[in-house]
Amino acid sequence: MKKLILFIPLVLFLVMGIFLYRGLYLNPQQLDSALEGKPVPEFRLSKLEDAKTMISNHDLKGQVYIMNVWATWCPSCKYEHPYLLQLARQNIVPIYGINYRDQRGLAVQELTRQGDPYTLNIFDPDGKLGLDLGVYGAPESFIVDHNGIIRFRYAGPVDMRVWNETIYPLVKQLQQEAATAQQGNATQGKAS
Amino acid sequence: MKALLKILTSAVLAFGFAYQVSATPVDTYQFKNAANQEHAMQLARSLRCPQCQNQDIVDSNSPVAKDLRMEVYKMVDAGKSDSEIIEFMTSRYGEFVLYKPRLETKTYILWLGPVALLLFGALVAFIFIRKQRSHAEKPAELSAEEQQQLAELLKQHK
Repeated sequence: MKKLILFIPLVLFLVMGIFLYRGLYLNPQQLDSALEGKPVPEFRLSKLEDAKTMISNHDLKGQVYIMNVWATWCPSCKYEHPYLLQLARQNIVPIYGINYRDQRGLAVQELTRQGDPYTLNIFDPDGKLGLDLGVYGAPESFIVDHNGIIRFRYAGPVDMRVWNETIYPLVKQLQQEAATAQQGNATQGKAS
Repeated sequence: MKALLKILTSAVLAFGFAYQVSATPVDTYQFKNAANQEHAMQLARSLRCPQCQNQDIVDSNSPVAKDLRMEVYKMVDAGKSDSEIIEFMTSRYGEFVLYKPRLETKTYILWLGPVALLLFGALVAFIFIRKQRSHAEKPAELSAEEQQQLAELLKQHK
Protein backbone atom coordinates (compact mmCIF):
# COMPACT_ATOMS: atom_id res chain seq x y z
CA MET A 1 0.00 0.00 0.00
CA LYS A 2 2.79 2.38 0.97
CA LYS A 3 4.65 1.48 -2.19
CA LEU A 4 1.54 2.36 -4.22
CA ILE A 5 1.49 5.84 -2.78
CA LEU A 6 4.95 6.40 -4.23
CA PHE A 7 3.46 5.95 -7.69
CA ILE A 8 1.04 8.86 -7.35
CA PRO A 9 3.50 11.44 -8.75
CA LEU A 10 4.24 9.21 -11.71
CA VAL A 11 0.54 8.76 -12.43
CA LEU A 12 -0.03 12.52 -12.15
CA PHE A 13 2.88 13.13 -14.47
CA LEU A 14 1.58 10.64 -17.03
CA VAL A 15 -1.94 12.08 -16.97
CA MET A 16 -0.62 15.59 -17.50
CA GLY A 17 1.85 14.38 -20.10
CA ILE A 18 -0.87 12.71 -22.17
CA PHE A 19 -3.11 15.76 -21.82
CA LEU A 20 -0.40 18.17 -22.96
CA TYR A 21 0.86 15.84 -25.69
CA ARG A 22 -2.62 15.78 -27.20
CA GLY A 23 -2.66 19.55 -26.97
CA LEU A 24 0.41 19.72 -29.17
CA TYR A 25 -1.57 18.34 -32.09
CA LEU A 26 -4.68 20.46 -31.73
CA ASN A 27 -5.06 23.15 -34.32
CA PRO A 28 -5.24 26.48 -32.49
CA GLN A 29 -6.86 28.08 -35.54
CA GLN A 30 -9.80 25.67 -35.31
CA LEU A 31 -11.90 27.54 -32.78
CA ASP A 32 -15.26 26.37 -31.61
CA SER A 33 -17.84 28.80 -32.82
CA ALA A 34 -19.78 30.53 -30.08
CA LEU A 35 -22.78 30.47 -32.40
CA GLU A 36 -23.22 26.73 -32.70
CA GLY A 37 -26.66 25.96 -31.33
CA LYS A 38 -27.81 29.54 -31.78
CA PRO A 39 -30.05 30.95 -34.52
CA VAL A 40 -28.61 32.77 -37.51
CA PRO A 41 -28.29 36.42 -36.44
CA GLU A 42 -30.84 38.94 -37.65
CA PHE A 43 -29.71 40.76 -40.76
CA ARG A 44 -31.09 42.72 -43.65
CA LEU A 45 -28.61 43.11 -46.48
CA SER A 46 -28.80 43.52 -50.20
CA LYS A 47 -28.35 40.83 -52.79
CA LEU A 48 -24.89 40.87 -54.33
CA GLU A 49 -26.08 41.11 -57.92
CA ASP A 50 -28.83 43.61 -57.21
CA ALA A 51 -28.48 46.38 -54.63
CA LYS A 52 -32.26 46.95 -54.54
CA THR A 53 -33.26 43.44 -53.50
CA MET A 54 -33.00 43.00 -49.76
CA ILE A 55 -32.47 39.66 -48.07
CA SER A 56 -33.08 38.90 -44.40
CA ASN A 57 -32.42 35.85 -42.26
CA HIS A 58 -36.14 34.96 -42.47
CA ASP A 59 -35.87 34.47 -46.23
CA LEU A 60 -33.38 31.65 -45.81
CA LYS A 61 -35.29 29.67 -43.22
CA GLY A 62 -37.12 26.39 -43.77
CA GLN A 63 -34.47 24.04 -45.07
CA VAL A 64 -30.98 22.84 -44.35
CA TYR A 65 -28.41 25.10 -45.98
CA ILE A 66 -24.76 26.10 -45.95
CA MET A 67 -23.64 29.70 -45.54
CA ASN A 68 -20.25 30.28 -47.07
CA VAL A 69 -18.33 33.44 -46.19
CA TRP A 70 -16.11 34.48 -49.07
CA ALA A 71 -14.35 37.43 -50.67
CA THR A 72 -12.32 38.21 -53.75
CA TRP A 73 -9.33 39.26 -51.61
CA CYS A 74 -9.13 35.85 -49.99
CA PRO A 75 -6.78 33.31 -51.61
CA SER A 76 -8.18 30.31 -49.74
CA CYS A 77 -11.61 31.17 -51.14
CA LYS A 78 -10.19 30.89 -54.66
CA TYR A 79 -8.78 27.52 -53.67
CA GLU A 80 -12.13 26.22 -52.43
CA HIS A 81 -14.15 27.73 -55.27
CA PRO A 82 -13.87 24.84 -57.77
CA TYR A 83 -14.95 22.37 -55.12
CA LEU A 84 -17.97 24.50 -54.24
CA LEU A 85 -18.89 24.55 -57.92
CA GLN A 86 -18.70 20.78 -57.98
CA LEU A 87 -20.92 20.56 -54.88
CA ALA A 88 -23.42 22.97 -56.41
CA ARG A 89 -23.68 20.75 -59.49
CA GLN A 90 -24.49 17.75 -57.29
CA ASN A 91 -27.40 19.73 -55.89
CA ILE A 92 -27.27 18.27 -52.39
CA VAL A 93 -27.79 21.35 -50.32
CA PRO A 94 -28.20 25.04 -51.18
CA ILE A 95 -25.08 27.13 -50.61
CA TYR A 96 -25.71 30.75 -49.71
CA GLY A 97 -22.75 33.05 -50.15
CA ILE A 98 -21.89 35.91 -47.86
CA ASN A 99 -19.65 38.28 -49.73
CA TYR A 100 -17.59 39.61 -46.85
CA ARG A 101 -15.92 43.05 -46.83
CA ASP A 102 -15.68 43.15 -50.58
CA GLN A 103 -16.55 45.34 -53.53
CA ARG A 104 -19.71 44.54 -55.40
CA GLY A 105 -18.23 44.99 -58.87
CA LEU A 106 -15.20 42.84 -58.19
CA ALA A 107 -17.26 40.09 -56.61
CA VAL A 108 -19.77 39.92 -59.47
CA GLN A 109 -16.92 39.90 -61.98
CA GLU A 110 -15.23 37.05 -60.14
CA LEU A 111 -18.42 34.96 -60.17
CA THR A 112 -19.07 35.51 -63.88
CA ARG A 113 -15.50 34.55 -64.68
CA GLN A 114 -15.04 31.57 -62.37
CA GLY A 115 -18.63 30.30 -62.14
CA ASP A 116 -21.23 30.81 -59.45
CA PRO A 117 -21.85 27.98 -56.96
CA TYR A 118 -24.18 30.06 -54.80
CA THR A 119 -27.95 29.77 -54.75
CA LEU A 120 -27.99 33.32 -53.47
CA ASN A 121 -25.35 35.84 -52.54
CA ILE A 122 -25.61 38.27 -49.67
CA PHE A 123 -23.52 41.42 -49.88
CA ASP A 124 -21.90 42.35 -46.57
CA PRO A 125 -19.43 45.15 -47.39
CA ASP A 126 -18.89 46.38 -43.81
CA GLY A 127 -18.59 42.90 -42.34
CA LYS A 128 -21.57 43.55 -40.07
CA LEU A 129 -23.11 40.15 -40.56
CA GLY A 130 -19.62 38.72 -40.41
CA LEU A 131 -19.09 40.29 -37.01
CA ASP A 132 -22.42 38.94 -35.74
CA LEU A 133 -21.45 35.50 -37.02
CA GLY A 134 -18.08 35.67 -35.26
CA VAL A 135 -16.20 35.43 -38.56
CA TYR A 136 -12.48 35.95 -38.08
CA GLY A 137 -11.24 35.19 -41.56
CA ALA A 138 -12.59 33.92 -44.83
CA PRO A 139 -13.50 31.32 -45.91
CA GLU A 140 -15.82 30.04 -43.25
CA SER A 141 -18.80 27.74 -43.73
CA PHE A 142 -21.82 27.55 -41.46
CA ILE A 143 -24.21 24.64 -41.58
CA VAL A 144 -27.73 25.68 -40.67
CA ASP A 145 -30.66 23.36 -39.94
CA HIS A 146 -34.29 23.70 -41.04
CA ASN A 147 -35.12 25.76 -37.94
CA GLY A 148 -32.48 28.33 -38.80
CA ILE A 149 -30.13 27.17 -36.04
CA ILE A 150 -26.39 27.14 -36.74
CA ARG A 151 -25.22 23.60 -36.08
CA PHE A 152 -21.62 23.72 -37.16
CA ARG A 153 -18.99 26.18 -38.28
CA TYR A 154 -16.02 25.18 -40.37
CA ALA A 155 -13.20 27.73 -40.62
CA GLY A 156 -10.97 27.23 -43.62
CA PRO A 157 -11.41 26.06 -47.20
CA VAL A 158 -13.79 23.18 -47.82
CA ASP A 159 -12.24 20.40 -49.89
CA MET A 160 -13.16 16.84 -50.64
CA ARG A 161 -11.80 15.50 -47.36
CA VAL A 162 -13.53 18.06 -45.16
CA TRP A 163 -16.75 17.57 -47.08
CA ASN A 164 -16.74 13.78 -46.91
CA GLU A 165 -15.56 13.47 -43.33
CA THR A 166 -17.26 16.36 -41.58
CA ILE A 167 -19.76 18.38 -43.50
CA TYR A 168 -21.64 15.87 -45.62
CA PRO A 169 -22.47 13.44 -42.75
CA LEU A 170 -23.87 16.35 -40.76
CA VAL A 171 -25.85 17.71 -43.71
CA LYS A 172 -27.36 14.27 -44.30
CA GLN A 173 -28.27 13.94 -40.64
CA LEU A 174 -29.87 17.39 -40.57
CA GLN A 175 -31.83 16.75 -43.75
CA GLN A 176 -33.14 13.57 -42.18
CA GLU A 177 -34.13 15.52 -39.07
CA ALA A 178 -35.94 18.01 -41.28
CA ALA A 179 -37.73 15.23 -43.14
CA THR A 180 -38.94 13.52 -39.96
CA ALA A 181 -40.08 16.86 -38.56
CA GLN A 182 -42.07 17.48 -41.72
CA GLN A 183 -43.62 14.02 -41.60
CA GLY A 184 -44.56 14.63 -37.98
CA ASN A 185 -46.26 17.86 -38.96
CA ALA A 186 -48.07 16.18 -41.84
CA THR A 187 -49.52 13.38 -39.65
CA GLN A 188 -50.48 15.91 -37.03
CA GLY A 189 -52.24 17.93 -39.70
CA LYS A 190 -54.20 14.85 -40.83
CA ALA A 191 -55.19 13.90 -37.28
CA SER A 192 -56.60 17.32 -36.52
CA MET B 1 31.51 53.17 -9.71
CA LYS B 2 30.32 56.56 -10.85
CA ALA B 3 30.66 55.58 -14.49
CA LEU B 4 28.62 52.45 -13.90
CA LEU B 5 25.91 54.47 -12.21
CA LYS B 6 25.84 56.82 -15.17
CA ILE B 7 25.43 53.97 -17.63
CA LEU B 8 22.68 52.43 -15.54
CA THR B 9 20.74 55.66 -15.26
CA SER B 10 20.93 56.36 -18.97
CA ALA B 11 19.83 52.81 -19.75
CA VAL B 12 16.82 53.13 -17.47
CA LEU B 13 15.95 56.50 -19.00
CA ALA B 14 16.29 55.16 -22.53
CA PHE B 15 13.99 52.24 -21.76
CA GLY B 16 11.49 54.55 -20.14
CA PHE B 17 11.30 56.80 -23.18
CA ALA B 18 11.17 53.92 -25.62
CA TYR B 19 8.26 52.45 -23.70
CA GLN B 20 6.33 55.70 -23.74
CA VAL B 21 6.84 56.13 -27.46
CA SER B 22 5.60 52.66 -28.39
CA ALA B 23 2.61 52.72 -26.08
CA THR B 24 -0.21 54.12 -28.25
CA PRO B 25 -1.23 52.71 -31.62
CA VAL B 26 -2.63 55.02 -34.28
CA ASP B 27 -6.34 54.82 -34.87
CA THR B 28 -8.66 57.36 -36.37
CA TYR B 29 -11.28 57.21 -33.71
CA GLN B 30 -12.36 60.32 -31.83
CA PHE B 31 -13.38 59.55 -28.27
CA LYS B 32 -15.85 61.70 -26.41
CA ASN B 33 -13.36 62.23 -23.60
CA ALA B 34 -9.98 61.11 -22.37
CA ALA B 35 -11.39 58.96 -19.59
CA ASN B 36 -13.42 56.95 -22.12
CA GLN B 37 -10.35 56.55 -24.27
CA GLU B 38 -8.24 55.21 -21.47
CA HIS B 39 -10.98 52.89 -20.31
CA ALA B 40 -11.70 51.57 -23.81
CA MET B 41 -8.02 50.96 -24.50
CA GLN B 42 -7.66 49.08 -21.26
CA LEU B 43 -10.69 46.93 -22.03
CA ALA B 44 -9.57 46.29 -25.61
CA ARG B 45 -6.17 45.19 -24.35
CA SER B 46 -7.83 42.46 -22.32
CA LEU B 47 -9.42 40.98 -25.46
CA ARG B 48 -7.58 38.60 -27.72
CA CYS B 49 -7.62 38.83 -31.49
CA PRO B 50 -9.24 35.68 -32.94
CA GLN B 51 -7.24 35.92 -36.15
CA CYS B 52 -3.65 36.48 -35.02
CA GLN B 53 -3.85 34.75 -31.69
CA ASN B 54 -1.52 35.96 -28.95
CA GLN B 55 -2.02 39.58 -29.87
CA ASP B 56 -4.66 41.68 -28.21
CA ILE B 57 -7.09 43.55 -30.43
CA VAL B 58 -5.30 46.87 -29.92
CA ASP B 59 -1.98 45.38 -30.91
CA SER B 60 -3.13 43.49 -33.98
CA ASN B 61 -3.38 44.85 -37.50
CA SER B 62 -5.79 42.24 -38.82
CA PRO B 63 -9.12 43.55 -40.14
CA VAL B 64 -11.14 41.58 -37.63
CA ALA B 65 -9.11 43.04 -34.74
CA LYS B 66 -9.74 46.51 -36.11
CA ASP B 67 -13.47 45.82 -36.32
CA LEU B 68 -13.54 44.52 -32.79
CA ARG B 69 -11.60 47.39 -31.30
CA MET B 70 -13.77 49.94 -33.10
CA GLU B 71 -16.77 48.12 -31.70
CA VAL B 72 -15.29 48.32 -28.19
CA TYR B 73 -14.51 52.04 -28.61
CA LYS B 74 -18.01 52.76 -29.87
CA MET B 75 -19.67 50.80 -27.11
CA VAL B 76 -17.60 52.49 -24.41
CA ASP B 77 -18.46 55.89 -25.84
CA ALA B 78 -22.12 54.87 -25.92
CA GLY B 79 -21.88 54.27 -22.19
CA LYS B 80 -22.17 50.48 -22.24
CA SER B 81 -20.87 48.62 -19.22
CA ASP B 82 -17.82 46.35 -19.32
CA SER B 83 -19.90 43.24 -18.79
CA GLU B 84 -22.18 44.19 -21.69
CA ILE B 85 -19.20 44.66 -23.99
CA ILE B 86 -17.59 41.41 -22.90
CA GLU B 87 -20.92 39.64 -23.39
CA PHE B 88 -21.12 41.09 -26.91
CA MET B 89 -17.66 39.76 -27.72
CA THR B 90 -18.00 36.32 -26.16
CA SER B 91 -21.43 35.68 -27.69
CA ARG B 92 -19.81 36.08 -31.11
CA TYR B 93 -16.26 34.90 -30.72
CA GLY B 94 -16.51 32.66 -27.67
CA GLU B 95 -14.66 32.57 -24.38
CA PHE B 96 -11.51 32.39 -26.41
CA VAL B 97 -11.26 36.17 -26.77
CA LEU B 98 -10.93 36.70 -23.04
CA TYR B 99 -7.33 36.79 -21.93
CA LYS B 100 -8.56 36.24 -18.41
CA PRO B 101 -11.04 33.38 -18.45
CA ARG B 102 -14.11 33.69 -16.25
CA LEU B 103 -14.46 31.57 -13.14
CA GLU B 104 -17.14 28.97 -13.89
CA THR B 105 -17.61 25.20 -13.75
CA LYS B 106 -15.69 24.69 -16.97
CA THR B 107 -12.69 26.71 -15.80
CA TYR B 108 -12.49 25.54 -12.19
CA ILE B 109 -9.59 23.24 -12.99
CA LEU B 110 -7.77 26.14 -14.64
CA TRP B 111 -8.21 28.54 -11.75
CA LEU B 112 -8.12 26.15 -8.82
CA GLY B 113 -5.75 23.52 -10.26
CA PRO B 114 -2.54 25.32 -9.25
CA VAL B 115 -3.84 25.92 -5.72
CA ALA B 116 -4.87 22.27 -5.44
CA LEU B 117 -1.46 21.14 -6.67
CA LEU B 118 0.27 23.45 -4.20
CA LEU B 119 -1.82 22.11 -1.33
CA PHE B 120 -1.14 18.56 -2.46
CA GLY B 121 2.60 19.29 -2.54
CA ALA B 122 2.46 20.85 0.92
CA LEU B 123 0.60 17.81 2.24
CA VAL B 124 3.15 15.41 0.77
CA ALA B 125 6.03 17.48 2.15
CA PHE B 126 4.39 17.57 5.57
CA ILE B 127 3.91 13.80 5.66
CA PHE B 128 7.48 13.18 4.52
CA ILE B 129 9.00 15.50 7.07
CA ARG B 130 7.00 14.01 9.91
CA LYS B 131 7.94 10.53 8.86
CA GLN B 132 11.61 11.35 8.69
CA ARG B 133 11.51 13.00 12.08
CA SER B 134 9.93 9.96 13.74
CA HIS B 135 12.48 7.73 11.99
CA ALA B 136 15.33 9.86 13.26
CA GLU B 137 14.07 9.74 16.82
CA LYS B 138 13.53 6.00 17.06
CA PRO B 139 17.15 4.77 17.25
CA ALA B 140 17.81 7.12 20.11
CA GLU B 141 15.56 5.11 22.39
CA LEU B 142 17.12 1.85 23.62
CA SER B 143 15.17 -0.84 25.32
CA ALA B 144 16.17 -1.88 28.84
CA GLU B 145 17.87 -4.97 27.41
CA GLU B 146 19.89 -2.89 24.96
CA GLN B 147 20.86 -0.49 27.72
CA GLN B 148 22.24 -3.35 29.71
CA GLN B 149 24.19 -4.68 26.73
CA LEU B 150 25.62 -1.27 26.14
CA ALA B 151 26.67 -0.92 29.74
CA GLU B 152 28.40 -4.30 29.63
CA LEU B 153 30.24 -3.44 26.44
CA LEU B 154 31.40 -0.20 27.90
CA LYS B 155 32.58 -1.97 31.03
CA GLN B 156 34.57 -4.52 28.96
CA HIS B 157 36.40 -1.87 27.00
CA LYS B 158 37.41 0.22 29.96
